[in-house]
Parts: sequence; structure tokens; C-alpha cells
Amino acid sequence: MSILDLFNTALFVSTLRMAAPLIFASLGGVFAERSGVVNIALEGIMLIGAFVAMTVSYFFQSPWLGVLLAMVAGGLTAMVLAYISVTLKGNHVVTGVGLNVLALGFTGFMLRRLFNHAGQSPVVEKLADWTIPVIKDIPFIGEILGKHTPPVYLAFVAVIFTHILLYKTPFGLRLRAAGEHPRAVDTVGVDVFRMRYAALWLSGMMGGLGGATLSLGLLSSFVENMTAGRGYIALAAMIFGKWTPVGAMLASLLFGYAEALQMLAQTLGLTFVPREFLLMLPYLLTMAALAGIIGRVSAPAASGKTYER
Amino acid sequence: MASEAPKGSWVNRVAKLDRLWISLIAVTFGVIVGGVIILSVGKNPISAYGALWKASFGSTRDFGEALVSMTPLMFTGLAVAFAFRTGLFNIGAEGQFIVGQMAAAVAGYAIVGVPSWLHITLALLAGALAGAVWGGIPGYLKARLGAHEVINTIMMNYIALHFTHYLVNGPLKGHAFLPVTQTVSNSAKLWRFFPPTRANTGIFVAIAAAAVVYYILWRTTIGYDCRAVGHSPDAAGYAGINVSRTMVTSMLISGAMAGLGGAVLVLGVQHKFYDLFGFTGYGFDGIAVALIGNNHPVGVLAGSALFGVLSRGSQRMQSVAGVPKEVIGIMQAAIILFVAADEVVRRIVRWRRAKALQVATATRDEVEGGTV
Repeated sequence: MSILDLFNTALFVSTLRMAAPLIFASLGGVFAERSGVVNIALEGIMLIGAFVAMTVSYFFQSPWLGVLLAMVAGGLTAMVLAYISVTLKGNHVVTGVGLNVLALGFTGFMLRRLFNHAGQSPVVEKLADWTIPVIKDIPFIGEILGKHTPPVYLAFVAVIFTHILLYKTPFGLRLRAAGEHPRAVDTVGVDVFRMRYAALWLSGMMGGLGGATLSLGLLSSFVENMTAGRGYIALAAMIFGKWTPVGAMLASLLFGYAEALQMLAQTLGLTFVPREFLLMLPYLLTMAALAGIIGRVSAPAASGKTYER
Repeated sequence: MASEAPKGSWVNRVAKLDRLWISLIAVTFGVIVGGVIILSVGKNPISAYGALWKASFGSTRDFGEALVSMTPLMFTGLAVAFAFRTGLFNIGAEGQFIVGQMAAAVAGYAIVGVPSWLHITLALLAGALAGAVWGGIPGYLKARLGAHEVINTIMMNYIALHFTHYLVNGPLKGHAFLPVTQTVSNSAKLWRFFPPTRANTGIFVAIAAAAVVYYILWRTTIGYDCRAVGHSPDAAGYAGINVSRTMVTSMLISGAMAGLGGAVLVLGVQHKFYDLFGFTGYGFDGIAVALIGNNHPVGVLAGSALFGVLSRGSQRMQSVAGVPKEVIGIMQAAIILFVAADEVVRRIVRWRRAKALQVATATRDEVEGGTV
């Protein structure tokens, strides 16, 4: 293979597809951690989102309604996390682990109940691809950006939305303050609990969207445990991106690239590196980032800490 | 959770007991949730739970196999519990378990010409060492650089999965077609004392490990340091304890426990490393086991017995009683979430105590009032 193959259009198309669910979920991570809650449950939230999206598309033949309800389901799941970790002051990580176990059991159970299937759902109507006029006619760039499943485009819209909400609105300022210095937020009369509930609702919706991207965007069915750790990778992307929306997006793209590279390694003739090492790359990069090798990173000061009024 | 009452008062003494009650109530809660779900699919919970029970206690053969499913959880439960006591969250028991499996498998077939007792010891140590390295890295990163161990241990899980996948399909592939290592020598196999079941001496290694964990935590300086750091790293630091070193030590011991578990599974049950297409789940179940066992070695042994019975019973419930095996997963989740939300129980207990006190006072007033 030549170095040019690393800039193959198929590789970039694949990168965007693989990155989209990660972008959504990592934005979910940004919302939660910026408000002071560790959301390990993103893995389970994505799984529930993927399942609900598929189910709704199956029964109503409307994939878009599926996406919408996946967001609602994700938000509701995050509310369980909010109730236990914020109101009842339970440990965030323990609660998240519990929710992930619940999501795996619940989706597997419902798959059997509703479809009498184990392992995989029937094929349902997926989101129709979008083609972008003008751009699709540009050589090279058009091939990469011209035609995709809608979530790929929406992921970038979500990044802009998150960025503006967090950095350009009073709501975003309060949300971030709740994660840095909750006592100060409380002192000026803003309800820390409410901020964290709101942040987790947004976090859950993003996670649900990421899940729907898997089942209705990339595939057209639900597969048991189809997230396969993407929720955790998304958290890694959030850290790698230094807890910012744009950073999380860039990290997701990098991780998506690594995944695409390992998928296409065979066809590209990339055999001198075992594909397992490409698969390990996102994890190693994240650890390197956390260790401060790639610039200094620090989590929101109050992230993961219970707040006592 | 600060209690309002002063130290040494009866409220605090009862609060210690509360931990046991929380675990018991959590399990009861899980059983009820499972029962409701079984009812919702139109099955009889009693017969479903009966099938679950029989899967482990129906015959001596079932009992032997139940011991086999409990054993790995004892090790991963101890691993998570030990780190917890130091205030560290080891989600990486899964990865430590996996590398322990691989190291023990290699030691099991690569070492030749040593007596069985030595071979087994060396293979177990290889597993423990691999696990210790896998746990020690996040421990070091946490202690030295403040990198969060939760994320790093999760990352190490995936690295273990892909790395062993590479090894067993590449340099360490020990079979013409299958992704497995070579079979370990007979001298490295743990004695199966209860044939035809696969129950083996590994369970005694687990019980010994629990005793060692207890000894370290409550009878040695290292253990004291660990618990002190777990209570408050700042206070421990002021008291002159080397917090960084304690964290690394704790993660080394924790990882060694999980790695030992992987070694025991290979030497006692599998006799080789099989390619994993996903996680074994032992590491994650270990978190639940540690929580339900209140991070105490004895509690961990009890918790792994419970979760071993549950996981073995889930298959039987499906085949005999026609209840989807995922019900057990939901039940386990209910238990974990209930333990996480233990504040609910505390509130209820506190409220009931206040109520009882009120009633007692009211009754006394009434009685006294009557006699006057």
C-alpha cells in the first residue's frame, strides 16, 4: 500500500459514518460532566436508544419518529441516573454500571418478547440518505461529503448547538458553573440539582440519538449489545477532546478514522500493522491524553462529586 | 453521608448493621423485580425460581458446576472490593482477568520439567503478575498524574481484549484452525475433586485469597494505609501516609486478585486460552459482587455465591420454565441500582426510627397520663 491510501475517499466516508454515533454520545458526555455528573451510563443509554428507534420504526414505519422517541427514551434513562446520583446522592459510577447492566438485560428481554428473536431484530425501514446539492458535484470532497445517512450531518449540527448552548447562553454558563463550583452557583440562587437534571436530560437525548444512529442510520436493525463499548469510547473522546464539544467532535473523528482504517485494512493492503493494534489505538490515545502527554487536560472540578445542599 | 447523631451513639451502631440490611433488602428487591417481570410474561415466578434453584442445588452434579460458576466471581469481587477500600474504582477487573488467563495458559504449556505443585504455583503467579501489571498501570497513572482510574481501567479492558485476540490468532496460536492456545500440561491442571463436574481446587484458592485480602486489609500496615486513603486521601496524607504509593500498591493487589481468577479459570476449567469475542463479564459482575458484599471478603464470598447461582440458573430458567434469561440481567441491575440508591433505605430507616420514637413517647405520655 502507499501513503496515499490513508487518504482514500472510501476511508473518509467510513470515518464519518463511524464517528457520527461517537460525536452524539460524546456530546452527551460533555453535557453531563460539565454539570458535574459522570455519565458512565451512556453505553446503556445508547443501547436503549438504538432499540427504541428500531422498534418504533418497525411498528410505525417511520424512522424519524423512531429517532425522536429514541431521544426521549435516552432522556428518561438519564433521569434515572439523575434521580439516584443527584437527588439520592448515590455513587455516579455504580449507578451508571447498574444502568448499563439494566439496558443490556432490558433490550435483550424486549427483543425476545416483541419480536421473538434472540440476537437480532427484523430489518426495519432506515433513515433515507441525504444528498447535498452543489457539494456532491465537487470532486473528492463531494465523494466524501455529498451523500450520507442524515445523522452524519446532524452530528455536526449537534456540535454547533452544544457549543452555542454551553458557551453563549446564561443556561450554559450556569450548567458549567454547576460542574466547577456548585456552592457558588447555589449561593447566587441557581438550583444546582435542577441544572444537573437539565444537563442529564440533554445528555440522555444525545446518547439516544447516538444509539438511533447505529440502528437506523448505519444499519437497519437492532443487534444485541450493538453498542459494543461505543458509550465508553465516547467518554474517552470527550476526555481526549478536553471536555469541549468541538474537541469531542475532533476526537470522535480521530477514533472513527482508526475504526475505519481497521475495517478497510484488508482491502487497502495495510497488513504490516495487525488490525488489533489499530483497534487499540483509541484506548491508548485516551490514556496518553489523560496522562497529560498530549497537552494538559483536567476534568470539571466537581465532576463525580455529590453535592449536598 | 454524615449522620446527625454524635459518634458512638446507638444510631451509629445501628448504622453499621444497616449495611447488611441494605444488601439483604437489595437482593429481596431484585427477586421481587424479577418476579414481576416473570409474571408479566405469563409465567409462574415460583416455578421459574424453582428451576433457578435446582440448577445449582438440584443434584450433586449441579452443585459442583455451581461452584465452578462462583469461583471467578470470588476473585473479581475481591479485586473490586480491595480497590474500593482504597477509594479506587477498579472497573478493569475484566481486563486483568483476561490477561491473567492468557499468562497462566502460556505458563501452563511453556514451562516443562517441574513438579506439579511448582508448576501450578508458577502458573498462578504468572496470572497474578499479569493482572497486577494491568491494574498497576492505571494505578500509577492515577497516583502520579491524577488520571482518573475509572476511564483508564475501562481503556485497559479493551486493550486486553484486542491484545489477547491478537496473540491467540497470531504468535501464540496453538491449533491449526481454532483461535486457541496450546493446552496446558497435566502438571499445571488444578485437581478436579468432584468428578464428573469441573469443580476444582480453584475454589479453595479463592477462599484463601479472601483470607489473604482480609489479613492484608485489617492486620497489616499496607492494609491500614489503604483503608485510611479510602476514608480520606487528604487526612491520610497529613498523617504521613504516602498516598501515591498506597494507591499503586492497592491497584497492584487488586489486579493480582483478578489475574489470579483468570489463571484459576484456565488451569481448573478451560485448560487453554480461548479467543474472546467479547468480554467474559466476570469483571463487571465482580463490581456487583463487591457492592452487595459491602467490600468485605466474607461478603464477597457470599455475593459471588449468589451471583454464581443466578448466572447458572438463568439458562435453566429459560430452558425449563420458558422465562427469557435476560430477566436475571434485569434482576442484577435492580440489585446494583438499589445498592447505589442506599440513601432511600437510610431515609426510610431514619424516618421509621423517628416515627417509632414519636409513637413510644406518645404512648408513654398516654400511659403516664392515664395513671395520674
